[in-house]
Amino acid sequence: MDYLYAFLVGGGICVIGQILIDKTKLTSARILVLFVVLGCVLGGIGVYQPLVDFAGAGATVPLPGFGNTLAKGVMEEVDKSGLIGALTGGLKASSAGITSALVFAFLAALIFNPKEK
Amino acid sequence: MENSAKNKELYQDMVKKASPDSHIFKDCVKAFIVGGIICCVGQFITNYLKELGLTQNDTGIYTSSVLIFISSLMTGLGLYGKLGKFAGAGSIVPITGFSNSVTSPAIEFKKEGFVTGLGAKIFIVAGPVILYGVLTSVIVGIIYYFIK
Repeated sequence: MDYLYAFLVGGGICVIGQILIDKTKLTSARILVLFVVLGCVLGGIGVYQPLVDFAGAGATVPLPGFGNTLAKGVMEEVDKSGLIGALTGGLKASSAGITSALVFAFLAALIFNPKEK
Repeated sequence: MENSAKNKELYQDMVKKASPDSHIFKDCVKAFIVGGIICCVGQFITNYLKELGLTQNDTGIYTSSVLIFISSLMTGLGLYGKLGKFAGAGSIVPITGFSNSVTSPAIEFKKEGFVTGLGAKIFIVAGPVILYGVLTSVIVGIIYYFIK
């Protein structure tokens, strides 16, 4: 059952992105930024977490989930260490994602060469 | 002459009217299926790790990292680009799309050097994403501090 919910919600979030691309001609970079910011705001006001509880990876794998991680991290750090948490929480919570993206990208760049189009 | 120009305009109007909706619908179906499948792969990894006894938090971190690794590898092999041509947002919106947008310029600009090529261009999409994501999170944190 959790696969069905993950599929439906994850697919649904991608459809929103697709409609934005087709209707507004937003580039993919702008879509990524928009979705992370949106996820962070939704996470901040507490409406994204219920979706995560419901759809699991269907809500955490799309980029709004990344934004939600930022919001969650920042709020946990504020709880723990006060206002300074607003500065430390975001990157702390997302550090694994950012670091692995950078490390794997670097390794891939060492191994692979650009493909002919 | 004038007539043919008018006809051309008319024709283009007709094309404009006829194409977008069916286009968008087809694009959306593809995005839905591919995006959904990528999330199911994530769910599979999550379930597997949970069975191994990892905590909720660690499971999330490992799942993201594994997906990011798979996507980097597929990008290097030129497979993720092919998937992207088919799936559109279905391959952009998941975290694998973020990973692809980091790996792709890293490979592309390696020839311009490791510092000003690879090193700078690796952030061409990741930079704005991290900047605006972090900026938003700081605002969320400050507001949360004052209203909690």
